[in-house]
Amino acid sequence: MAFIRRYLIPRLIQYVLVIFLGVTAVFIIPRLTPTDPIAHTIAQIRSQGAYLDPATVDQFIQDLKELYGLEGSMWDQYVALWRRLFRGDFGVSFFQFPTPVSVLVGRALPWTVGLLLTTTVMSWVLGNIIGGLAGYFSRKRWAQALDFTAMVIRPLPYYIFAFTLLLLLGYVVRLFPIAGGAEIGRRPEFSWPYIKSVLWHSFLPALSLTILGGTMWFQTMKLIVQNVNAESFVQYAKLGGVKESIIVSKYVIRNAMLPQVTALGLALGQIFSGALITEIVFSYPGLGTLLYNAVITGDYNLIMGITILSIVAITTAILALDLLYPLFDPRVRYR
Amino acid sequence: MKVIRDLFRDYRFALSFCVLCLLLVLAFLAIFSPYDPTLWGVVPRDLKPSWKYLLGTSSKGQDVFWQAAFAVRNSLTISLIAGVVSRLIAVIVGMVAGYRGGLTDRILMFLSDTFLVIPLFLIIVMLAMLVRQMMNLVTLGLLLAIFGWAWDARLIRSQILSLREREFTQTAVLSGTGTLRLVLKEYMPFATPLIFSTLINNMSWAIGMEMTLAVLGLVNMDIPTLGTMLQWAISYQAMLLGYWWWILTPVVLAILLFVALYWLSVSISEYLDPRTRLQRVGAQ
Repeated sequence: MAFIRRYLIPRLIQYVLVIFLGVTAVFIIPRLTPTDPIAHTIAQIRSQGAYLDPATVDQFIQDLKELYGLEGSMWDQYVALWRRLFRGDFGVSFFQFPTPVSVLVGRALPWTVGLLLTTTVMSWVLGNIIGGLAGYFSRKRWAQALDFTAMVIRPLPYYIFAFTLLLLLGYVVRLFPIAGGAEIGRRPEFSWPYIKSVLWHSFLPALSLTILGGTMWFQTMKLIVQNVNAESFVQYAKLGGVKESIIVSKYVIRNAMLPQVTALGLALGQIFSGALITEIVFSYPGLGTLLYNAVITGDYNLIMGITILSIVAITTAILALDLLYPLFDPRVRYR
Repeated sequence: MKVIRDLFRDYRFALSFCVLCLLLVLAFLAIFSPYDPTLWGVVPRDLKPSWKYLLGTSSKGQDVFWQAAFAVRNSLTISLIAGVVSRLIAVIVGMVAGYRGGLTDRILMFLSDTFLVIPLFLIIVMLAMLVRQMMNLVTLGLLLAIFGWAWDARLIRSQILSLREREFTQTAVLSGTGTLRLVLKEYMPFATPLIFSTLINNMSWAIGMEMTLAVLGLVNMDIPTLGTMLQWAISYQAMLLGYWWWILTPVVLAILLFVALYWLSVSISEYLDPRTRLQRVGAQ
């Protein structure tokens, strides 16, 4: 019972509060700025060369108000937003009119989730294994060479790193396709040529995400293992003649994994926004490219939809990890 | 003097210091630019690097070398505004939360947790879309500053928490030192190195964010920065047309800047942390 009261309840409260704050921020931000989204939209349509007579404009303003949820007082609008969200209704996209936002997002989501899930897991596993080894054998020359490489790659933002990879492997050495999610004109189907085409096209984005993410895990894991290695219980085990494989697997890795499991949750949040940019660089047909098109065309509803969705996704991921954490760390269970 | 000599013993500090100095010189050179950076067609287009045009010219008819000078200057300006303002927020939040404790602490830390969890990039994109018309160096810097403080406020708070438990705090309070004076006079010297190293990291983040926003066209594309320069080169298909001098200049400058800032911050914080300093001496 004490576990539920002191561990579970605060986390659930925080989960609900963060989503509440996030959605409220998404609601307030457009209303804080002096620009009127409706006037903005109409001006944009006009600037694209369409002629609108006054009656159409009035009708349009009315429609837009309804669409944006701008009818009634602030409070009414706010309540209406929540009511719509609970139905899973994010409104319709403006520039691919009458397609609902949820349909557009649903179409892009499998691409992003597929890419992200693989690269996050892959970079976590690879980074931790290589980092652990490099930390344990930190005096070896190869470990120091890896450390140096990591020092160069680590500070680069997703965008610059992805772009450099694209320049090197897409333009200089024409090894990989430079854009798209699959061969143009190939219909999505469950067949080997199609899957091969998808894998081939996603190789560069996946490579850039894995290297950059893996470098971060490598560095932290190496540091943690180095520190655990210097602890007296490890020294004692060594002096006592415990087999090295047992020291590594039972003493060092077990202690070093805990912070890494927690960090995985936080990293999901950062990788999410980083991956959006990676997708834009490689014109990969996921959420990032959807966001890019939404920004270019000023499709505000679509951006709101993507933002709210990612807030919910990330907080849920973190909550899930928090709930799983006691399985890894017995200390949390007995506090 | 001894501190500086010790720092220079670390090859990373020496190297990154030199690179940053070179970039700063480049940024200051912008004052002597013979061209207005916002004008198009002031020099012949698409020329390869030569003695007359050190880094060639772009399809917009601009001298790439002088554009680069302005770009480095403006990117550094944005990142300095973002870094300094967000440091102010981080220091105030961190110190108040750490020193007051209790409910204030919990509310402030909940706020910073929220900032850490929420996909800030998307929120920044939303805000940038709405203030697009009045986007310039200062507004962009301030916009980034609002979002760059959360993690560093946590770091400062944890340091204040440990300082609060030390004996000199009790001595100071019992001898009648005011809270403000205690925090500014006694705690600040301990927190300064931390604030400085987070400043460098935050500046690097701000430069990266500016480049990312430039891809989306959310910054003022007329002001040359590393992001807008790269974006113009991409939109003119400089890669396919083989104008490597145009596209590589912002990419290489950005990589140099990011790596130099990171190495500077790593070497300084390693120097400040005696444990890692000992480890390094032991390893050598």
